[in-house]
Amino acid sequence: MSENRYQLNKELAQMLKGGVIMDVTTPEQAKIAEAAGACAVMALERIPADIRAAGGVSRMSDPAMIRGIQEAVSIPVMAKCRIGHFAEAQILQAIEIDYIDESEVLSPADDVYHINKNEFKVPFVCGAKNLGEALRRISEGASMIRTKGEPGTGDVVQAVRHMRMIQSEIAQLASRREDELFEEAKRLQVSYDLVKFVHDNKKLPVVNFAAGGVATPADAALMMQLGAEGVFVGSGIFKSGNPEKRAQAIVKAVTNYDKPEMLAELSANLGEAMVGINEQEIALLMAERGK
Amino acid sequence: MVAILAVQGAFIEHAQALEKLGVEYKYLRNKADITPDIDRLILVGGESTTQRKLLKELDMLEPLKALIERGAPVLATCAGLILLAEKITSGEEPVFGTLPIEVCRNAYGRQLGSFSTVQDIGEVKAFPMRFIRAPFVEKVLSDEVEVLNVTDGRITAVKYKNQLGFAFHPELTEDLRLHQMFLEL
Repeated sequence: MSENRYQLNKELAQMLKGGVIMDVTTPEQAKIAEAAGACAVMALERIPADIRAAGGVSRMSDPAMIRGIQEAVSIPVMAKCRIGHFAEAQILQAIEIDYIDESEVLSPADDVYHINKNEFKVPFVCGAKNLGEALRRISEGASMIRTKGEPGTGDVVQAVRHMRMIQSEIAQLASRREDELFEEAKRLQVSYDLVKFVHDNKKLPVVNFAAGGVATPADAALMMQLGAEGVFVGSGIFKSGNPEKRAQAIVKAVTNYDKPEMLAELSANLGEAMVGINEQEIALLMAERGK
Repeated sequence: MVAILAVQGAFIEHAQALEKLGVEYKYLRNKADITPDIDRLILVGGESTTQRKLLKELDMLEPLKALIERGAPVLATCAGLILLAEKITSGEEPVFGTLPIEVCRNAYGRQLGSFSTVQDIGEVKAFPMRFIRAPFVEKVLSDEVEVLNVTDGRITAVKYKNQLGFAFHPELTEDLRLHQMFLEL
């Protein structure tokens, strides 16, 4: 990927900021998401809660199904491929997807190597639970980062943990003396240049969204106040009692995340939230996939 | 005071440009933010469908439209250009509809169609243009619309009275000349 193409891909993520990216499984859901104000949709056959419930190997979605969603909406369409599965990524690029999520939600195809995302023209977003993971994905060519959280649980605790971890590691790095940055690069297993960028700019070189377990407007507001630049909502919307209303409320909550009076109004009468699972109750920790 | 529409999208980038120019600004995220001291408006890049929805639902559309109609200078980039346009090719309802142009959304296709180039924008020579899933101006609907740039046969920059509309993103570059052009309106 050329330097300019990478820059354009980072810039698309900048345009998504302050927005909500919603998981959808059908063109109808995609239209509901778009009408509710989603800034992009993630097309996938099964939302994370159902992947978790079904068990077994979970793979890239049928390209025909993704195409159906691309035709249904005018906002950007993202899709997931398995960690390390560069052939799935090639297929997604061939159907001109707007963003590929190399995602721990699907079963990893490679337990050592991530995709060399620098070889692709389409942009990638990747999950991270700490600064090292985020920077390693960026050096592989990711042009957007999201917290891993714990997908499909409706439990926001892991997204909070990952966002706080990334923010505090950035703050620590920024406070380091310059001569300490070489050691930091070794510790984080990334290039000195990336470490230096974070040190000088006190932020990641790409946009950072929250993902994994966001189920309510309050969850979204919490993540934004913790420093997320936008929010992915996976199972939280279409596993709830009134998807349309909840989707709209979360969109508005991300815009006015620091206005408790508005959040109170937005949180009222949303119907049933998705049934959550506490992190202690789950056998499979997706966040542990891909380091 | 310059107000930056900040319901969704790349509003921080515009704020950074204004900071470099030493200009005061405020963000507009809900109706209460629209105060009488606002005399200039920036409509930012992002998703126009999202911004349209939030403008309506947060009751910001009418007061901002009134502000533009009173002649407050406006700088609109990418999604902002779509918000200003009198007509949208795909048939959607116009949002502010104060700029007599017809605009085509996602006119260059999906993200693989995003590109950059360097062109003159009116009097401003050799400006770095970043097009991200950009629209272009299909046609102008009034003789009073001044075309400031045509790239590959497509109109990408226009001026009409106090409204500046760009299909690309000056806020993603270090070049402040188009923000200066807006501040001089």
